[in-house]
Amino acid sequence: MQRNASTDSIGPMISTRPLLAPSVILLLIWMIVPLALTLWFSMQRYSLLDASAGGFVGFRNYVFLFTDPNLFNALANTIFLVAGVLVASVVIGLACAVALDQQFPGRGIARLLCIAPFFVMPTVSALIWKNLLMHPVNGLFAYISRTLGLPVVDWFAQWPLFSVGVIVAWQWIPFATLILLTSLQSLDRDQVEAARMDGAKGLRLFRFITLPHLARSITIVVMIETIFLLSVFAEIFVTTAGGPGNASTTLPFLIYKVALLDYNVGWASAGGVIAIILANIVAYFLVRTISHNLDR
Amino acid sequence: MATVTLNNIRKNYGSLEVVKGVDLEIRDREFIVLVGPSGCGKTTLLRMIAGLETITSGDLAIDGKRVNDVQPDERGLAMVFQSYALYPHMSVADNMGFALRMAGVPKAERQSKVRDAARILQLEPYLDRRPGQLSGGQRQRVAIGRAIVRNPKVFLFDEPLSNLDAALRMQMRIELARLHHELDATMIYVTHDQVEAMTLADRIVVVNGGRIEQVGAPMEIYANPVSTFVAGFIGAPKMNLLAGKLQCTSDAAQAILEDGSAVTLPTRPGLANGDAITIGIRPEALRVTADGSLAGRVTVVEHLGGETLTHIELASGQLATVKTDERAPAKVGQTVRLGVDPRRLHLFGPDGRAVSRRSEALQPG
Ligand SMILES: Nc1ncnc2c1ncn2[C@@H]1O[C@H](COP(=O)(O)OP(=O)(O)O)[C@@H](O)[C@H]1O
Ligand SMILES: [Mg+2]
Repeated sequence: MQRNASTDSIGPMISTRPLLAPSVILLLIWMIVPLALTLWFSMQRYSLLDASAGGFVGFRNYVFLFTDPNLFNALANTIFLVAGVLVASVVIGLACAVALDQQFPGRGIARLLCIAPFFVMPTVSALIWKNLLMHPVNGLFAYISRTLGLPVVDWFAQWPLFSVGVIVAWQWIPFATLILLTSLQSLDRDQVEAARMDGAKGLRLFRFITLPHLARSITIVVMIETIFLLSVFAEIFVTTAGGPGNASTTLPFLIYKVALLDYNVGWASAGGVIAIILANIVAYFLVRTISHNLDR
Repeated sequence: MATVTLNNIRKNYGSLEVVKGVDLEIRDREFIVLVGPSGCGKTTLLRMIAGLETITSGDLAIDGKRVNDVQPDERGLAMVFQSYALYPHMSVADNMGFALRMAGVPKAERQSKVRDAARILQLEPYLDRRPGQLSGGQRQRVAIGRAIVRNPKVFLFDEPLSNLDAALRMQMRIELARLHHELDATMIYVTHDQVEAMTLADRIVVVNGGRIEQVGAPMEIYANPVSTFVAGFIGAPKMNLLAGKLQCTSDAAQAILEDGSAVTLPTRPGLANGDAITIGIRPEALRVTADGSLAGRVTVVEHLGGETLTHIELASGQLATVKTDERAPAKVGQTVRLGVDPRRLHLFGPDGRAVSRRSEALQPG
């Protein structure tokens, strides 16, 4: 049958799927192969120290992990770290964004400085905090405490998880600030003026107009940060190495310890699968709240 | 009682003067329309009255009390924004009740006031919706409702209808007129549309370049524009403005237009022979007649149903419009002569100001 080119769109004539296929297939392989390998290894007895050991063990690696108190400690640490950094970065990021949205001399430089930590590599910023700021002897904080005659805090020994959280938050506050600042700038000026005429000023203007306007961006900040915070590693590695004891060992760090310090690939893979499941649970709730928030 | 008095109000943005000394006395329950071309400072003026913009100099008084330094929410005004400026995250009812909530009015009273306003504006079925779920006209009504609920002394409107389509605009115009009648409030309305000004206003204020050009009742301004600017701005289609020179003889005065044709003037204006003048003729005052003093060729005929506009290119190249009832007086391409009724002629001097019709002053020399 002859098609009339002038009336029919060319869309249905060409199947576009084959054109998409290369990228889709590549991404699928990229995702499926490691996942399948992890699943496979998690059911193997596979230790790098013992070449003779091997073979299928079913769920025994999982059973072992779930009976290990280290796992729950690591899970709890992960949740504390992620939640704490999220709260800190949203609250402080919001404050920074509001401050940077005001007119004041030197605003451009202040904005640049406020955003800068985001561009510092995690290892570098962790080293700066560890050696220049939080060090019990050479650190700035210790110097300040001594000058004021207060007891010196050995941050990574006394508050390991909190200290790691501070470093991570320092890196992620700029991200939150950036997103929330752009969102603030997109707030309709007429809307603010209408609210002013309606008698909303200062904190009430913020509470009833600004904050609802920012809800969407806050959700996006929470989602993106969660994805990255669940896999925080370098900061722990550089500062506390998961210690003292297991006090700052999170799930990714536990997997690292099991796989590369104990050379037990089977257990580490099982831990990895648990991390994947955890991430998916979080993702499920996030996508639900976000689709609710974005659906306006 | 709500009068608004502007006394030599000025506004500068840096060194740029946007409002250049405005004096205006707005009476109680008056519907005043500020009209002028885009960028003439209408919005700035309205925002100064609202308190959203500081007043550089001059005095603003509401009910005789100086309010230059009073906060916007304490001036007893409500404003309807051109963009509606509804709160997107609140329901229609919450939008309308927001000011009362901020003022600490109890919930029950708030709800009853919102319902009253919703009834006036036929918004009752939409109270639970979000602004995003409403049409343009409905959003406009919510914006007006938000103003009504506050029971303000003065309503301020900034081009409230400019985002609506033509049919809706006409409907809302009628609704606004009804609302003014029902609410019995003072209203200050800004627009660049002279039709809105003519139909809604008790008094029109024509603004040009940050200054008031003329204040008066719509028909008064239509009949006696004080300048070529007002003459060209008020009235649709535009008044025909034809440039020429004054030629006075002992017993008559004539305007000699650019193509040499002579139009007899009703009186002898107090101007010198040879002065540059402009004559203004409303399209409905211009007639196609065989013995007319102007000649030209018909270029376009527009049939609007009840009336017909015939556009004629005069010999000088100037364009003139003739408005008649249904039947067109001539066909496209035809050469016609145009007659002017001297009594319906407007005369403007070299400075563009109207020359008084009663001015019979004898010219010197
Ligand atoms: N915030 C501002 N800063 C500088 N110039 C402004 C500002 N707001 C308005 N203007 C200028 O003032 C003039 C009048 O503006 P506006 O009152 O909005 O005009 P209108 O409402 O009559 O169209 C315009 O030329 C505009 O460019
Ligand atoms: Mg304007």
